[in-house]
Amino acid sequence: MSSSTCQYRSGLRPRVSTGPLGTVVRFAHPFMVTGLLLLLSTPSNALPAVITSQAPASRPTMPLPSPVSISGATPATRSAPGKFARALLLEDYNTRVVVIGTLLLGIGSGIVGTFMLLRKRSLVGDVVSHAALPGIAMAFLIVEITQPGTGRSMPLLLVGALLAGLVGVGCTMAISRFSRIKQDAALAIVLSVFFGLGISLFTIIQKLPTGNVAGLQQFIYGQTASMTSGDVRLIALASLAVLGIASLLFKEIALLCFDEQFARSNGWPTGGLDSILMALVVSVAIIGLQSVGLLLVVALLIIPAASARFWTERLGPMTIIAACFGGLSAWLGAVTSSMFARFSAGPVIVLAGTLFFLFSMTFGTRRGIVRRLLLQLAMRRRVGRHDLARTIYEFLEPELPLLESSAHPGSGDPLCIPLLVLQDLLGRRTWSPKRLGRLIQSACRHGLLQVEPKGWRLTSEGARHARLVARNHRLWETYLILHADVAPSHVDRNADLIEHVLEPELIEQLVEAVMDRYPQMDMPPSPHPLAQGS
Amino acid sequence: MSTTNPSDPAAVEPTSSPPEHPSSAPLAIHDMTVAYHRRPVLWDIDYDAPPGKLVAIIGPNGSGKTTFIKAALDLVPRISGDVRFFGEPYRQARTRVGYVPQRGSVDWDFPVSALDVVAMGLYRKIGWFRPVTRRYRQQALECLDRVGMADLARRQISQLSGGQQQRVFLARALAQSADLYLMDEPFAGVDAATERAIVAVLHELRQSGKTALVVHHDLQTVTEYFDHVLLLNMRLVATGPTRDVFTNENLRATYGGKLALLDQVGHRMTLGQGNQ
Amino acid sequence: MTPQLDMLTTIKTILLDEWFLLDTWIVVTAALAAMGCAIPGTFLVLRRQSMMGDALTHTVLPGIVGAFIISHAMKTSGWFAATGGEQPYAFDAITYTMMFVGAVAIGALTAVLSEWVQRQGRVESSAALGIVYTSLFAVGLLMIRLFADSVHIDPDCVLYGSVETVWVTGDGVPRAALASGGALVLNTLLVVAFFKELRVSTFDPDLAISLGINSTAIHYGLMAITAVTAVAAFESVGNILVIAMLIVPPATAHLLTDRLWLLIVLSVTVAAASAWLGHAFALILPTLLLTPFADAPLLRSVNITSLDASTAGMMATTSGLLFLLALLLGPRHGLVIRRLHRGFLAIRIAAEDLLGVIYRNQEDPETVNPAILTDRSLTRRLAVWWLRRRGLVTGSSTSPVLTSSGHASARQLVRAHRLWESYMAHHFNVPADHLHEMAHRVEHFLDPELRDQIAEELDGPQRDPHGREIPLDEPD
Repeated sequence: MSSSTCQYRSGLRPRVSTGPLGTVVRFAHPFMVTGLLLLLSTPSNALPAVITSQAPASRPTMPLPSPVSISGATPATRSAPGKFARALLLEDYNTRVVVIGTLLLGIGSGIVGTFMLLRKRSLVGDVVSHAALPGIAMAFLIVEITQPGTGRSMPLLLVGALLAGLVGVGCTMAISRFSRIKQDAALAIVLSVFFGLGISLFTIIQKLPTGNVAGLQQFIYGQTASMTSGDVRLIALASLAVLGIASLLFKEIALLCFDEQFARSNGWPTGGLDSILMALVVSVAIIGLQSVGLLLVVALLIIPAASARFWTERLGPMTIIAACFGGLSAWLGAVTSSMFARFSAGPVIVLAGTLFFLFSMTFGTRRGIVRRLLLQLAMRRRVGRHDLARTIYEFLEPELPLLESSAHPGSGDPLCIPLLVLQDLLGRRTWSPKRLGRLIQSACRHGLLQVEPKGWRLTSEGARHARLVARNHRLWETYLILHADVAPSHVDRNADLIEHVLEPELIEQLVEAVMDRYPQMDMPPSPHPLAQGS
Repeated sequence: MSTTNPSDPAAVEPTSSPPEHPSSAPLAIHDMTVAYHRRPVLWDIDYDAPPGKLVAIIGPNGSGKTTFIKAALDLVPRISGDVRFFGEPYRQARTRVGYVPQRGSVDWDFPVSALDVVAMGLYRKIGWFRPVTRRYRQQALECLDRVGMADLARRQISQLSGGQQQRVFLARALAQSADLYLMDEPFAGVDAATERAIVAVLHELRQSGKTALVVHHDLQTVTEYFDHVLLLNMRLVATGPTRDVFTNENLRATYGGKLALLDQVGHRMTLGQGNQ
Repeated sequence: MTPQLDMLTTIKTILLDEWFLLDTWIVVTAALAAMGCAIPGTFLVLRRQSMMGDALTHTVLPGIVGAFIISHAMKTSGWFAATGGEQPYAFDAITYTMMFVGAVAIGALTAVLSEWVQRQGRVESSAALGIVYTSLFAVGLLMIRLFADSVHIDPDCVLYGSVETVWVTGDGVPRAALASGGALVLNTLLVVAFFKELRVSTFDPDLAISLGINSTAIHYGLMAITAVTAVAAFESVGNILVIAMLIVPPATAHLLTDRLWLLIVLSVTVAAASAWLGHAFALILPTLLLTPFADAPLLRSVNITSLDASTAGMMATTSGLLFLLALLLGPRHGLVIRRLHRGFLAIRIAAEDLLGVIYRNQEDPETVNPAILTDRSLTRRLAVWWLRRRGLVTGSSTSPVLTSSGHASARQLVRAHRLWESYMAHHFNVPADHLHEMAHRVEHFLDPELRDQIAEELDGPQRDPHGREIPLDEPD
């Protein structure tokens, strides 16, 4: 805690030099361009088109996704852990192709998801992916009718999905704009109606003699195993395009998400930016269909971004962390499903993301539960010490003149003279003896009290602390009475909570506001009668 | 209040061409009427802002002060009227106008630091696609310094007190280096230090010849802080230099309740136009 | 015979001649399920928790699969054997009971978990919901795969049901219809019993709490009931229809009425109509869609008219169509009605303006631009037609003449105009030459009551700011 405040308060100069917000973009541009060029320059025949979809005949009863291990040609000859490591390290070329495609998708979705989370439109991805289904079915039907046998052409299907997804988003906006139907209902309406239409078209297609329906089925549940290298190239290209656009427009989209009204008044085309962001979401959702499936692709958009938020308070790092989480879960999911026939990629990717989320929510360094509990604990301890110090001061205050006169000049704070015993303090607050004992121990550890044979005595540091705490408390109480019209009877409790977090700047203001009343005094009198100990 | 014009304006055809604004006043509003859901909330505002002055916009709750600013900035549609900034429509004069919205209109949990927020005021200057470079971060930091917040630049905005948050948004407006500032209740619920900082910034702005229109709710401090006032209550009640206009009589007219009739007529118009 | 007529005949054949008892049972089962969903859905829509409905229909999956796994485990471990050999009914009964228990649990769990994520993780509510339901759904899908040996659930069936096979056994009332009907009866009873409480806690949760109604209990109860309804419907109509029927019929009804009880009745009606029309569309969609391409090589060997689409899917689509209809043609909020209303208003204003012009022309011809009188635009002609129908003017449309009642109307209008100008001049800081435009707009909305009020407030002014006479409502 102290280190973080320290960081805030360090001097002006060093902080300006680097900023993640800038760094991301600066580093992103060259990287994007190189990656894009590399990918484009790879001749398509350099990637062997080995990974093909299974024949539907192998699954006679159910059109269930049954990912067959991609590298499963020699499953018996290798031990399972070795095989897993091999897949994790992408030694197998075919696995590598699939995993890289999914990884890029995960990264892209992490970035776009961050924006959507911050724009509070997380569930739009759900609508988009569901709305894509009729587009896929239509595209398939049209292609099959005009050119039989070529229906499962990935680019065309994805174009269909993209168009339908965009129409879906448009419908959502139109419904909530032109009618009294709220945003949430508009989302659910478009989602279910489009999906219903898609399912209807699918059932028609299933009954047509195309024998190619299995290729479509994968869009619902996702099936990495059936990706061809061409599909992967397409996914990779689209992911890179998403990455490129997102990093180019990083600052503009961030502004849109943070303060749309300011962006508009400042002349940014918020409508256009919003459309670009929507197009990015639609793209991510569509390219995720094949690996995760449309039922779960929205998880890729929400979960990594929500997990990243626990680790940082800055947008740039949040985006990077979200991309990492997205990439990691996609990678784990793709690898696992390529290893174990029963683990289909979609659910595994989502559950890997869920695990990351739970981990982040618990241990996140900025907003995690553990950190918050620790902070609360530290705060409770601090409040306890403050209360103890103030109680001691209030206990000794009546005797102060006497102590001052009897003390040798220059022998330190008179507060340090009297010996304190448990009974002196016990009755002054609602402390149990046990709690008081713990407080005293804690104060000893912090060097505020020192142990004497028959009790305790304030150290000089403790005396200073006691004066300071009592002063802050009274300043705050007096301020509340003077300026906030709070009844004196209520003051004590309010003050108890706030006084412990007063910053020096605020205390100066309090002094200014209150001290003109008591110009001569270092220590203002308590504005209400103090309880006398029993 | 008005002089009778002997010439006949009652030609049934309303004047179709928008009236010319020869003046290059920082803000010139002509016959502006603003409606929410077709219900007029501001009637027929006619106003020219004096250049280089600090103007307080004053009126009771619900008198349309915020609407006044938002409508001028095209954030709320106007049903009639014409607004010019420095003789140009807002679209062209955008870079010369800075806007400080009411606090609480953003998500405070958003992962940005005070410095990031101030840098947003520079985005227009930075331009499309280009990242916020060190130079701009330095500029933003200077703006934060002007409101006395430089040492809190790295804090996430929810970790700032209300007054500090207000100062961050003021700094963002300063970063726009505009010539006219429209501020919506910058003094609402702020501590004394922030109030002083804002006043200092306002005076600084005036000294460099800028104009500021500030929605203000504290009648005690109006004469102290502002040169001009604009008294508003669904309509423009009075406007002019503070010492001439900020009179008890005018205040009574402003705060003496709304004109009940305006409300009723507004309601009829809402009903009549199909929103029943 | 033209192709269109041909297609119509085919459709007629499909819908009338080939409509079997099976089709009736499909419609009945689906309608019962849909009506059951529409009731809790109404409250989801009004409480702005529509996406919760979407989430719940997904999260019941692990509950269902869990119930199947457990009952299967009980069966294989000889539980049923102990109670008496092969007893499919006992097995079914236990599976069903556990499914409903699982549904209630998972419904509440979804709500609790997403609230926990929202509060503890400070995640925005819709995102929290998204995290929870995708995770739970993923768990369900994975369970299906992992326990594929013991659980014979087809995830496709969960998605779009198998209402088409609802009555394959061919005897008695289908089991799915009983389950859906049960859910409908349960929901109806609950709504009747808790109508006040639901209404108050939906409209104003704080007020409900102050009245001693436990809003939290109602919230979780609604979640649990929605989950139960989803489970009751999942087998027959599938997940997708449940989402659609939870939200779309209530949203449609919301466009049509403002009363809560009528809203519920209408949404149940819309749900039933969607089920019936949806099945009809499912039967004819392939014909409609594919007949134009019957010559394509793909379709040459296919008997298009014998194809049908997923009934559940088409029901969802149909409900969407009904929603669109309500959106366009709704009696008060419909887009078409609103557009028409605006059109009529424009005509009325043009007509009243014309009355004013004629009046002013009579009063002092100098003040009126003669071009205005000879305007020949469509609005003007409609306005004249309107005025003539109401007997306010006579004469040709280029030179209309006021009748006596027309004269009275015009006088009132001019009075409204000049009163408003006086009022503004009194209260507003506006130059006199700016007065006209606003008065021109407001004059159409000042009824006699308001006119009198203004006149009273201004102490009965005789002259407007331009010095012209303000006529009285009634001539002296």
